[in-house]
Amino acid sequence: MALAMGMVAGCGSQSTSSQGSSGDNGSTIKIGADLELTGGQASYGTSALKGIQLAAEEINNAGGINGKKIEIVQADDSSKPEESTRAAQKLISQDKVVAIIGTSTSTNTLAAVQVVQDKKIPMITPTATNAKVTVNNGKVNSYVFRACFIDPFQGSVMANFATQNLKAKTAVVYIDTSSDYSKGLAKSFEDTFKKNGGQILSEESYQQNDSDFKVVLTRIKERNPDVIYVPGYYNEVGKIVKQAREMGIKAPFMGGDGWDAPQLVDIAGKENLNNTFISNHYAADDPDPVIQKFVSAFKTKYGSAPDGFAVLGYDAMNMLADAIKRAGSADPSKIRDALEATKDFKAVTGTLTLDQNHDPIKAATILEFKDGKEVFKTKVNPQ
Amino acid sequence: MNKSKSFWIGIVLSLVIYGVFQFLIEGEIVNDFVTDTLILIGINVILAVSLNLINGITGQFSIGHAGFMSVGAYISAIITVKQGLPFPLALVCGGIVAALAGLLIGIPSLRLKGDYLAIATLGFGEIIRIVWLNTDYVGGASGLSGISKETNWTWIFVCVVLTVVVIQNFVNSTHGRACISVRENEIAAEAMGINTTKYKVMAFTIGAFFAGIAGALSAHNFYIIQPTSFNFIKSFEILVIVVLGGLGSTTGSILAAVLLTLLFTYLQDWPEIRMIIYSIILILTMIFRPKGLMGTREFSFKSLKKKGDQHGTTHTAS
Amino acid sequence: MDYIIQQFINGISVGSIYALIALGYTMVYGIIKLINFAHGDVFMIGAFVSFYAVTLLHLGFIPSLLISMAACALVGVIIERTAYKPLRNASRIAVLITAIGVSFLLENGGIFAVGAQPKGFPELIHKTQYTIFGNVTIDSIQIMILAVTVILMILLQYIVHYTKIGKAMRAVSYDMEAARLMGINVDSTISATFAIGSALAAAAGVIFGMTYNSIDPLMGIIPGLKAFVAAVLGGIGIIPGALVGGLVLGVLETAVSSVGYSLWRDGVAFAILILILIFKPSGLFGKNVREKV
Repeated sequence: MALAMGMVAGCGSQSTSSQGSSGDNGSTIKIGADLELTGGQASYGTSALKGIQLAAEEINNAGGINGKKIEIVQADDSSKPEESTRAAQKLISQDKVVAIIGTSTSTNTLAAVQVVQDKKIPMITPTATNAKVTVNNGKVNSYVFRACFIDPFQGSVMANFATQNLKAKTAVVYIDTSSDYSKGLAKSFEDTFKKNGGQILSEESYQQNDSDFKVVLTRIKERNPDVIYVPGYYNEVGKIVKQAREMGIKAPFMGGDGWDAPQLVDIAGKENLNNTFISNHYAADDPDPVIQKFVSAFKTKYGSAPDGFAVLGYDAMNMLADAIKRAGSADPSKIRDALEATKDFKAVTGTLTLDQNHDPIKAATILEFKDGKEVFKTKVNPQ
Repeated sequence: MNKSKSFWIGIVLSLVIYGVFQFLIEGEIVNDFVTDTLILIGINVILAVSLNLINGITGQFSIGHAGFMSVGAYISAIITVKQGLPFPLALVCGGIVAALAGLLIGIPSLRLKGDYLAIATLGFGEIIRIVWLNTDYVGGASGLSGISKETNWTWIFVCVVLTVVVIQNFVNSTHGRACISVRENEIAAEAMGINTTKYKVMAFTIGAFFAGIAGALSAHNFYIIQPTSFNFIKSFEILVIVVLGGLGSTTGSILAAVLLTLLFTYLQDWPEIRMIIYSIILILTMIFRPKGLMGTREFSFKSLKKKGDQHGTTHTAS
Repeated sequence: MDYIIQQFINGISVGSIYALIALGYTMVYGIIKLINFAHGDVFMIGAFVSFYAVTLLHLGFIPSLLISMAACALVGVIIERTAYKPLRNASRIAVLITAIGVSFLLENGGIFAVGAQPKGFPELIHKTQYTIFGNVTIDSIQIMILAVTVILMILLQYIVHYTKIGKAMRAVSYDMEAARLMGINVDSTISATFAIGSALAAAAGVIFGMTYNSIDPLMGIIPGLKAFVAAVLGGIGIIPGALVGGLVLGVLETAVSSVGYSLWRDGVAFAILILILIFKPSGLFGKNVREKV
């Protein structure tokens, strides 16, 4: 009983202490970051957080939003959906944030969606690409937005590229089954590729954190496809490309934005990455000043080049700041309305407009790896 | 103080606790995060108390509890999401199917002892997870989403009390004594004519039932379930609660579940180091109190009266 | 046919890494009957030490391997002295929980210290492909892993059976109290066991890094679990058993994946493990010991 009382006292004291500084009061605007900071997906969440913090710092150095500084409140979801629900709950009920950025994976974002819907707090996910995040059973989740394009677009862009530019007739798709992202990309790639008259020879699968891919690659080698589509994340993809090239698989590899990370070249090796193509949000070597400013600021602050998660974290923070500025207030429902009206916003990953599903309409860039450098190949606008 | 009297005091006390929190929640005096934390504490209490029946009371080293939990979570979610049936039915079915899984797994693996049993239960837990992973009906690796929130403070409270009462009564019954004798000395128990396998399977089944209940409650609180949430690390987390509380002590399990959940919640504010602090606390507790917070003893009002006495609740490492 | 042989070679090369990690696992278990869950994380530390030895100090393969083995031997001894030794007389489960705690600590300490992002491991030895016949290929690293594993196993077997410290280890494993009475320094024997076991884990870490080129603080979890399964499969506590268990597990997993059921791979591994435990609880190589009353 004493314990129970202690708990009440403990919880009570904490909630009162934070009630004083409710979201838009005082001189700061509190924004929550519900991210994977520990656990198996920590590399995604910590990267996104770096991007978010860089953007917040720049905004604050420029005088903040409407004279108020941004304060980022972090919450760790331990890479688990149940902790993601709790992290969102905590940010809203206890820290009184006015908006949330997060999470970096579709599953963990889905776990937080219902909380922000119930509490009417806007949430922008930097990198959750699954369609269900913003649209649930045909109904748009009114408080959920995203900064990245959704799966179907990237997949079909790469399928068209395979047919038209690489003249591919046959393909093998190698999927990370532990990720909705990978499955979504694979599906739209297959649909489009088949529509273009191509043939999917087989669909193979791996799981996050696998290390040895030679077994399945031996299977793929037997089938001898024109292209191999691997919509996965850089850690596994790097190993896949390396092992495949060592085994003498010469077919071009293709992938999505999950490949975009400076570590990819270290893991896969420069020569091995030749003849691989990815769809991405932007090209780091694009002379566009917005991109160059971001890349150099990131390198100065963290001493390493940004990966895809960091870029989108940065963009999500800026999208949110833009909406708060336009709303003229840090009231969550006004921020929501302003976010919904996001139009021609100049983000690092391109100029974007949110469609009726709260998904950004922006161009995809196709990059080719040449001696370890991502080289701009072509830009594809959405239809 | 006799048994039934302290039982009723316990019931009254818990009703008071229920009333106080219900009042605080209804009156919106505490925020939703506090309610959510209470629910999580409840789920952890059920998991820990049920695992304690297997590991602590019966002395069978099981590290596959997350597997049973996942059975309850998935079965209940299938019932509410896919079949559209009511939550109470889902809760009960989740528990029953988990109990069946416990029975099924218990019979072959209880031929094993000690570390080998631990390894086998770990293996079974992982196999259950891999089955979910490969079942497209429940979303495969990406999990089953769209589960409505049904779990609330009342549900949690009722389930926690039921778990504790049922397991405590079982422990104090003839069956429970038999289970303890298995723990203390299996060969001697067998020699005394106790059907050790029967009691081991019984403990396994009951433990699995409540783990299933906890899984169902958890699934209907967090909107989404995913196979990776039920991996062997989750089993470790439950085991940690039980051992920290004191193997064989139900009150110890409850105490440790409350403390660890609160600790983890408060450490939220320092995400970079929270797992580091958690693991250091874990190591230090084990070094300085290798029998856990409560040892094998139970907290009771009797011992509270005798506080200061060397048979009290304090215990030093041997 | 080429396909089957190629897959068999793939299986052997995966299996020899499991075997290498399993050697350390089995050794520690054999002496103090502790499932050292932190073993996989020591393996991770080994990979990181050699990563920094190569990238910061620009050392070659052999020096960085030796440095990492030495560092991990030290880490192993420190872990044993601080976390396990105070629990020498406590219940087995308390030590197991401590081991889990140490494992969490190393993983999350690693994330804190070097970040969660994977790092690309530099190429230390040039990989050469050899075509055996037809389409069947094998590369120099695959050959090296198997060779290193077999050599280390023989060395370990020699240490345990023919040296003084090995005799002490066996005595401690047989009966700790009696060993103490016979004048064996039990504590230093156990420390030596941890030092050797951890150095083996470090070697496995370096080789893992070289093979897959990607290391991160959580890299030890899966291989650690697999190696543990391999050790049990071969009969935990038996050194040649670890090698055989590792190879059997590797080939089995490969067989399951190569027929297109890669998602069931781990499930099959665990199912075999359980069957072995039920029908031959002491593993493929173990002797059945009747419990003493």
